Amino acid sequence: MKKIKICAAAAALLVLLAVLTSCGKTDEVLYVYNWGEYLADGSYDTMDVLAGFEEYYEELTGRTMKVYLTTFDSNEDLYAKISGGTSRYDVIFPSDYMIDRLRNEELLLPVNIEEVCEEYGAECFYDHIGEDFRGLYYDPEDKYSVPYTYGRVGIIYNSTQVDEEDCTGWELLWNPKYAGKILQFNNSRDAFATAQYLLGYDLNTEDPAEWYACYEKLLEQKPLIQSYVMDEIYNKMESGEAAIGAYYAGDFFTMLQVNEDLRFFYPENTSIFVDSMCIPKGSQNPENAALFMNYLLSEEPAIECAEFIFYACPNDLVFENEDYQEDMGEEVMEVLYPEDLRFSAELNVNGMRNLSPETLEYIGRLWEDLKISGGLPTGVYITASVLALFIAGIIIYNVFLGRRRSKWY
Amino acid sequence: MKRGILQRAAAAPHVVWSALFIIAPLIFVLYYTFTGQDGSFSLDNITRLGKGNYLMIFVNSLCMALIATVICFVIAYPAAYIFSRMKKKSQKLCILLIMLPLWMNFLITTYSWMTILEDTGVINTLLGLVGLGPVHMINTPGAVITGMVFCFLPYMILPIYSVMAGIDPKLLEAAADLGCSPVQIFMKVVWPLSVGGVISGVTMVFVPSVSTFYISQKLGGGTFQLIGDTIESYFTGTAVNYHFGAALSLILMVLILISMAVMNRFGDDEQGGALI
Repeated sequence: MKKIKICAAAAALLVLLAVLTSCGKTDEVLYVYNWGEYLADGSYDTMDVLAGFEEYYEELTGRTMKVYLTTFDSNEDLYAKISGGTSRYDVIFPSDYMIDRLRNEELLLPVNIEEVCEEYGAECFYDHIGEDFRGLYYDPEDKYSVPYTYGRVGIIYNSTQVDEEDCTGWELLWNPKYAGKILQFNNSRDAFATAQYLLGYDLNTEDPAEWYACYEKLLEQKPLIQSYVMDEIYNKMESGEAAIGAYYAGDFFTMLQVNEDLRFFYPENTSIFVDSMCIPKGSQNPENAALFMNYLLSEEPAIECAEFIFYACPNDLVFENEDYQEDMGEEVMEVLYPEDLRFSAELNVNGMRNLSPETLEYIGRLWEDLKISGGLPTGVYITASVLALFIAGIIIYNVFLGRRRSKWY
Repeated sequence: MKRGILQRAAAAPHVVWSALFIIAPLIFVLYYTFTGQDGSFSLDNITRLGKGNYLMIFVNSLCMALIATVICFVIAYPAAYIFSRMKKKSQKLCILLIMLPLWMNFLITTYSWMTILEDTGVINTLLGLVGLGPVHMINTPGAVITGMVFCFLPYMILPIYSVMAGIDPKLLEAAADLGCSPVQIFMKVVWPLSVGGVISGVTMVFVPSVSTFYISQKLGGGTFQLIGDTIESYFTGTAVNYHFGAALSLILMVLILISMAVMNRFGDDEQGGALI
């Protein structure tokens, strides 16, 4: 009996604890929906910008704040969540073409970062966004988005396995010399883009013939491909398992920290993107969201994030900061911030745009055909059919035997 | 005896649970399958299945899953038999060891298999030390089947073991006393009594194998596509189309139901109800 009492007391205590912790609720909450590993989070000696914002907010307004972070893997995942209409995020980080789509479908709220800062008496850092990143095609009046990072796709190769003179452009990904050592994007748009640049086509063409020509090019490449990857590229390039792969410039430096033999170059034409901060419809508190964006634009958090994710940052507090430049090193700065890059012009030519549903469906089908082509080795089919016949045989025999037996009884 | 209110109340959470998480999703799948992008009734999604390579994708997935299931069975059946004849203590230990991999997230297990099977991976490094050339294993159907077998083997062993452990040793003794040879004992006593466990094991391995997408993506290197990959691509890929994705899932479900019906038929004559 005593034991039961102790158990009951323990249970009551647990319940009490749970109630108490949930009582420690904050005045305000903010739901952030971002790419994975896209904010300095306190790991690897970085600062925790979410905790930093909570402090900053309390200082500014006197109210307590709790930030909840959720992550997504692709713009399409984000779109599915936002367009579903049941989610309630306050800050999201879509890429250019997805902002265009969300804005066209009226799924975004205006940001009004300057007015909100004035209202709360906070210093506004929006002016530090470079001129070149204003008025981009997806948001001509800068009403719905605040640029966060940008970057371009380039080719990463392992200098111990690849000859320097072969690194001339996209044709490196089709070089039979490196068969079985090449990685390709496991994402139809990015994979097709490599073929489009090779063939000199427009990235956003709606012409099925051009897409088909690219498909044939990718089909030709398939025997050379080791695997179609997204984030697995880190492991495969770092370990030397693969020698060549196209990926985003910022991610190259993350790999370089593990494997010093890796090198990187931009082919003559390559795709470019910008990820911006937006407020989706359904946000409960757009003002807090604007304050959060403003906080991420302020010097310390901005630099911490830029150093954490290694992507280029459109904020002059970051790229003009000497400590940041020193931390990054000359080589990295050259790759991330090429001098001749005119961002808005480049985005108009080499940025991915939304395509018509018909074209998207066509690409999807070509992508499936590409993946299924060649089929499995015949050994698999032979083994499987032998097994299937064997099992069918047992079943038939069993059913027959069962009947005969029941006749006897 | 009439069921009391209390008894009914006790069942209520289960009913609500199944309605919310089993029946409702099924209705959604049906709804999406038979509607077009604009929300009106259409059979386009079903007719589209006939075009393109979907038949091939289904055949590939079924072949891989079948091979994986048979390998699991071949490993699991003797293992379960041996376990069930052990001392109680060692039985518990062995079952614990079999269940151990299930405590780890299977995504992590699969990712580890990637580093084991790679050309520069664990196995090939060891082979290199003994002077044997690298054997190419990753990104082949063999690698994917290995992954399936490893991930789903416990689901085959456990049901077979639990049935085997329930067989009364006296039955075996009686059979031997009545003049059965060991082979006959197995065929006439052990096998018929364990067939229910085999059927539920086979189902529990075959169904996840046929619909997996993570294993084939990581260990197959994305160079070939199984039905799970295809369905996934319609929900998260570039050309998102819930309606067609739902149609593919529905067909997969129907296929699985058919194979389960066939399997049950197999068990019917031997032991009444299977354990599914």
